[in-house]
Amino acid sequence: MAIFLTESSKVIVQGMTGSEGQKHTTRMLASGTTVVGGVNPRKAGTAVTFPQGEGTVDIPVFGSVAEAMTETGADVSVIFVPPAHTKAAVLEAIDAGMPLVVIITEGIPVADTAEFYTAAEAKGVRLIGPNCPGIISPGKSNVGIIPSDITGPGRIGLVSKSGTLTYQMMYELRDFGFSTAIGIGGDPIIGTTHIDALAAFEADPDTDAIVMIGEIGGDAEERAAAFIKANVTKPVVGYVAGFTAPEGKTMGHAGAIVSGSSGTAQAKQEALEAAGVKVGKTPSATAELMRHILS
Amino acid sequence: MDLFEYQARDVFEKHGVPVLGGIVATTAEEARAAAERLGGGTVVVKAQVKTGGRGKAGGVKLAHSPEEAAERAGEILGMDIKGHTVHRVMIAEGAKIAEEYYFSVLLDRSERRYLAMASVEGGVEIEQLAVERPEALAKVAVDPQVGIDAAKAAEIVAEAGFAEDVAGQVADVIQKLWTVYAEEDATLVEVNPLVRTEDGAVIALDGKVTLDANADFRHPDHAELEDAEAADPLEAKAKEHDLNYVKLDGSVGIIGNGAGLVMSTLDVVAYAGEAHGGVKPANFLDIGGGASAEVMAAGLDVILGDPQVKAVFVNVFGGITACDAVANGIVKALEMLGDHATKPLVVRLDGNNVAEGRAILREAGHPLVTLADTMDGGADTAASLAHAADTAA
Repeated sequence: MAIFLTESSKVIVQGMTGSEGQKHTTRMLASGTTVVGGVNPRKAGTAVTFPQGEGTVDIPVFGSVAEAMTETGADVSVIFVPPAHTKAAVLEAIDAGMPLVVIITEGIPVADTAEFYTAAEAKGVRLIGPNCPGIISPGKSNVGIIPSDITGPGRIGLVSKSGTLTYQMMYELRDFGFSTAIGIGGDPIIGTTHIDALAAFEADPDTDAIVMIGEIGGDAEERAAAFIKANVTKPVVGYVAGFTAPEGKTMGHAGAIVSGSSGTAQAKQEALEAAGVKVGKTPSATAELMRHILS
Repeated sequence: MDLFEYQARDVFEKHGVPVLGGIVATTAEEARAAAERLGGGTVVVKAQVKTGGRGKAGGVKLAHSPEEAAERAGEILGMDIKGHTVHRVMIAEGAKIAEEYYFSVLLDRSERRYLAMASVEGGVEIEQLAVERPEALAKVAVDPQVGIDAAKAAEIVAEAGFAEDVAGQVADVIQKLWTVYAEEDATLVEVNPLVRTEDGAVIALDGKVTLDANADFRHPDHAELEDAEAADPLEAKAKEHDLNYVKLDGSVGIIGNGAGLVMSTLDVVAYAGEAHGGVKPANFLDIGGGASAEVMAAGLDVILGDPQVKAVFVNVFGGITACDAVANGIVKALEMLGDHATKPLVVRLDGNNVAEGRAILREAGHPLVTLADTMDGGADTAASLAHAADTAA
């Protein structure tokens, strides 16, 4: 099983012909992802050659997302286009009815995200990101930029706002492996939330326990805590980054800011603990809590 | 980025929001000239600081002549208001106020849309009003695909209970404030107070605007609004290199890749510091995904330029970035910095090509560099080195 992304997922890459898109398409193919096409109206009808195994593979470029879907049966799109063009790319995928759109691009104006999120919600399209590392179901498929060689398949589900903390936690628990690890991104508005991932992990027969990583800013962790209390029966361990972050300073992610008493790591930890979630003080201590649960 | 009131006033004026005349001044003499340009009558001298409560702190004063305006400006300039030094005042036309209202539109992160708030009881602390008399503050959801059109403005005005004789005018101003929000890529536009004057005009008497830095690419003019004076010199230097840097108070310099991992590194260093005389992180610095030699050099240069830094902890998890590239970056950075590099560097690398990365650092054998096997171990070593340097000094 795994969540949102499985071995049968067929992936197109919006921005495949650009340098970032090419680099990461190569990596996605190498980690076993079924990439069926790219989209670029100016290069429609051509193909891009990628290394695969000992040989190469030609991935076709389509003129539109709709055309790519008709021709290939794609059900996931991953977006690597620059911030100024991301809104148009996402709206195109939404209009075409793409079920899952993963937006890697960093630095998108929040007004653009608000607009395409609203459109996605109305059409029932799932967005992951923006400004996220993507999603990996190890051994099955990998969409985005998460390195596939940190660890393999296992029975832990992971949801995190941060990319490199996702990698760090996968590394800490590399001897257990993961069903799915999903980086939801650190922007003020994101598509898939902690709660969406928690609900999916709870329903996933291949996930036994969940790691949830949060950070300062907003109230997503507090909401997730309330959701866990009411709906999640599987063990959850948590980690929150940013205890030492000062008020009023944005810590890298546009959404990571403590304003007044709202958004502090302390408040998030307390909310999670009140919901029965064991919270680690550091990534390694959090991994230790998970080890204890699984052994 | 938060704007000063005078900048917000200018932006409002540009989009047709009714405002009073206002001129910024940085000296008493400029204040006198500004008051003369506004007609020589009664003006308000207002401290320009990016914090609330300036009225209570004595940062807003009435002046009845240009001479008085210069005197009041002289008193207010240089004042400290909640830790903010007043470098500018705005000389603003006075108005005869009949009623004070409140309006704001902002990003609603939790609901992933926008929220408009309005009240006929403006001029007070709005947080206080929201707690004490929540029924007096109308909150209306705004669809990001539609914005505040005539129908939505009418809904906000009705919800807030504006009197019939003023409702149409207020709705019109609200639509113009929405134009400011949408066209300038703001995440907050707040007017407190929005006033009705005795002669019946509706005017934005104050303004608070926060702009979305991610949208700077479509607003080249926003660069002019930056407050160069307020930026920490190290933060300004980091910005020149497109580095994400925040200065903090401690003595352990931090460099890492990815915002979450760097935030986590600050925490782990602070915890480790508890066993080493309470040393704390000196900064947040995210070098991002592509940690080239140049980026690493720029980052180290910024951190080593902070006299408070006694030791540096480089914590990198190579995802896309390969650890050997990071290691080469560190070696080259130390070469480029030469004698500038004088503080011990603890380096923890993991992930992509870690063995190669560690080998490069081992071979280089730079006397300032210590390799750490884990994040916790690296934090502990860096904290102990910083503490040792503190104690020696």
